[in-house]
Amino acid sequence: MSLTSRIKSALVPSSLEDQIRKISKPIGSLGYDPWGYNNETIKYGFSFTRLLYEKYFRVETHGVEKVPAEGPVLLIANHSGQLPLDGLLIGYALASRSDKPRIPRAMIERFFPTVPYLGNLLNEFGAVLGDPVNCAKMLANNEAVIVFPEGVRGSGKLYRDRYQLKRFGNGFMHLAMKYRATIVPVGVVGCEETIPAIANVKPLAKLLGVPYVPVAVPAVLPAKVHLNFGDPMIFDESEIPEEQVTERVEQVKAAISELIDKGLSERKGLF
Amino acid sequence: MSEQKRPHILVTGAAGALAQQVIQRLRQDCDLVAVDFREQVYLGDDIPSYCIDFNKRVFEDLFRRYDFDGVIHLGRVQSSQLTRMRRYNANVLGTQKLLDLSHKYGIRRVVVLSTYHVYGATAYNPALIDEEAPLKSAGLSMDLVDSVELENLANIYLWRYPELNITILRPCNIVGPGVRNSISTLLGSEHAPVLAGFSPMMQFIHIDDMATALVLAYHHKARGVFNVAPDDWVAYQHALQLCGCRRIPVPSIPPSLARTILRTLKLRSFPSYLMNFFKYPVVIDGRLFAREFDFTPERSLKEIFRYYRENKHPV
Repeated sequence: MSLTSRIKSALVPSSLEDQIRKISKPIGSLGYDPWGYNNETIKYGFSFTRLLYEKYFRVETHGVEKVPAEGPVLLIANHSGQLPLDGLLIGYALASRSDKPRIPRAMIERFFPTVPYLGNLLNEFGAVLGDPVNCAKMLANNEAVIVFPEGVRGSGKLYRDRYQLKRFGNGFMHLAMKYRATIVPVGVVGCEETIPAIANVKPLAKLLGVPYVPVAVPAVLPAKVHLNFGDPMIFDESEIPEEQVTERVEQVKAAISELIDKGLSERKGLF
Repeated sequence: MSEQKRPHILVTGAAGALAQQVIQRLRQDCDLVAVDFREQVYLGDDIPSYCIDFNKRVFEDLFRRYDFDGVIHLGRVQSSQLTRMRRYNANVLGTQKLLDLSHKYGIRRVVVLSTYHVYGATAYNPALIDEEAPLKSAGLSMDLVDSVELENLANIYLWRYPELNITILRPCNIVGPGVRNSISTLLGSEHAPVLAGFSPMMQFIHIDDMATALVLAYHHKARGVFNVAPDDWVAYQHALQLCGCRRIPVPSIPPSLARTILRTLKLRSFPSYLMNFFKYPVVIDGRLFAREFDFTPERSLKEIFRYYRENKHPV
C-alpha cells in the first residue's frame, strides 16, 4: 500500500466513500463538473468539515429533512462571521443527512477566484462564483444552491450589528421563480461569534482589493452553531412588478428572521 | 439524366492538421481546392493546392477558375504566431477579402473557425458560457483583438448576406496528433509552466472530433454562432499530470510579477497575454451545437491524454 493511499484510507473511511457515492452529481469522466467540483477532493473536504461541524462548532441542526431530495432548490440564509463558514456548515448538514443526502453548491464572493490555492480548493468542494448565470445554469441542472442574499454586507458586518439582517438582493427570487426552484430558508446562529469584528479598515481593504479587512482576534472562536431549516416556500413564475418581487423577498427574510430568533432562544451560551 | 454535381469546396489553412483531417473526410464526395498562406502542401493529385496570401489579387483567380459552392475557412494565424500587425492583416483583412469574394461569386455555404479565446479569461466568468455572452477578449488583451474582429466581421456578413449561410464555430482547446497550437505543445512537453495556486477548468476536443464537427456543420445549413465542446471538464494541472508533464510553478501574485516573468521568458506555448487562460476558467456550453448538428464527440479525455503521455519520446 503506497503512502498516499494509506493517508487516503485514514482520512476517508469507507463509510464516507459510500455516503459520497449515494449522492449523484452530473460529472464528467474525470470526476469534475463545469464549475470545478471534484468527486475525489470533496471526500477530503467532507472529512475535514466533519471535524469542524461535530467537534469544533458542535453544530445542532433542525429541519434538514425539509430540503427536497431532488429538483432545483435555493437554500437562503443569513450571512455572518467574516469567513464563509456558514455556507460550509449548511452544506455539510445537507450532505451528511442519512436520508437522500445532497451536496449543495455555495455561491461565493467574486473575490475568491483571484486568491491562489483557496479559489480552486473552494471550487473543488462545490463552491461557485456568485454570478446569476452560474446560479441559473445550476438550477437548470437540478442542483441545490446556497445563497446569501446579504452578500458581503452580511459577512463583513461588525459584532455590534450581530443578527441584524442587512438588505436582501432580489436576484435569488427572480431565479427561483424562473426555474421553479423551491426556497428553503435557513437561520444560522453562532457564526457571528466565530470571528467577532469591532471595526472594518476600509482603506486597507481597498488597497488589497478585498471586500473588508476586519479588526478582530486573529482566530476562529469555537462558538456553538445552531442551524434551523424552515419550511419550503414555493413562488409561482407569474410576471409581476419588482415591488411585488421585493415583497416576496421580504417574506423569505421574515422567515429567516424567525428561524434566527428560534436559534437564539435555543442556545444556552455562546460556546 | 445528368449526374448530380459534386460540391466544390475551398478549404483554407490547408497546411494545418485540422484542415487535412477535414479534407480526408470530404474528398470522397466533394471536389476540393486547398489553400494556405504559409506553405504549399501536397494533398494528392485530385486536390489542387496553392500557397496564396488572401490579400493578393491572384486569390480571386481561384474563384474565377473553380466554381465554388462552399468555403471552409480554417486558415487562422494563431495568437502565438507572427506579429500583432501581420496577424491582423491575415486574420481580419484576409477574412474580409475571402467573404467579399464568396459573396461576389455566389457561394452558398461558409463555415468559419473561431476560438473560445474570444470570450476572454476573467475571474468573473460564469461556467458554461453561452454563445450570446459578450466577447470580452478584445478589452483584455490587444493580442486577441484580431480573433474578436474576425468574428465580428463574419457576424456582419452573416446578417448582411444571409445567402452566404455563414456558420461560425467557437471550439474549446483543439488537441491531438499533429496539432501545433500552444496548449497542444504544453501537453506534449516534458515540463509545462503553471501559475502557482491556479488550475482552471478546461475543455479539450480531439482533432478528429473537431474535423467531424466541421464537416457536420458544412452539410447542415444552420446559420449562426456555435460553441463546440464536449460535456467533459478537467483542471489544467490535472490534465498536465495525466499527460505525464512535470509542472513548473510560476509565481502568480502579484499578477504583474507573473506577467513580467512570462514576458521575460517569452515562451511560445505560454505567452503572457494568454496568462489568464491558465488562471481563470473559460468553460463554454457546447450543448446547442450538439443538439442542432447531432454531434457527439467520440474521443474521451483519457484517450487524448494517453496519446500525449505515450508520445513524449517519439521513436
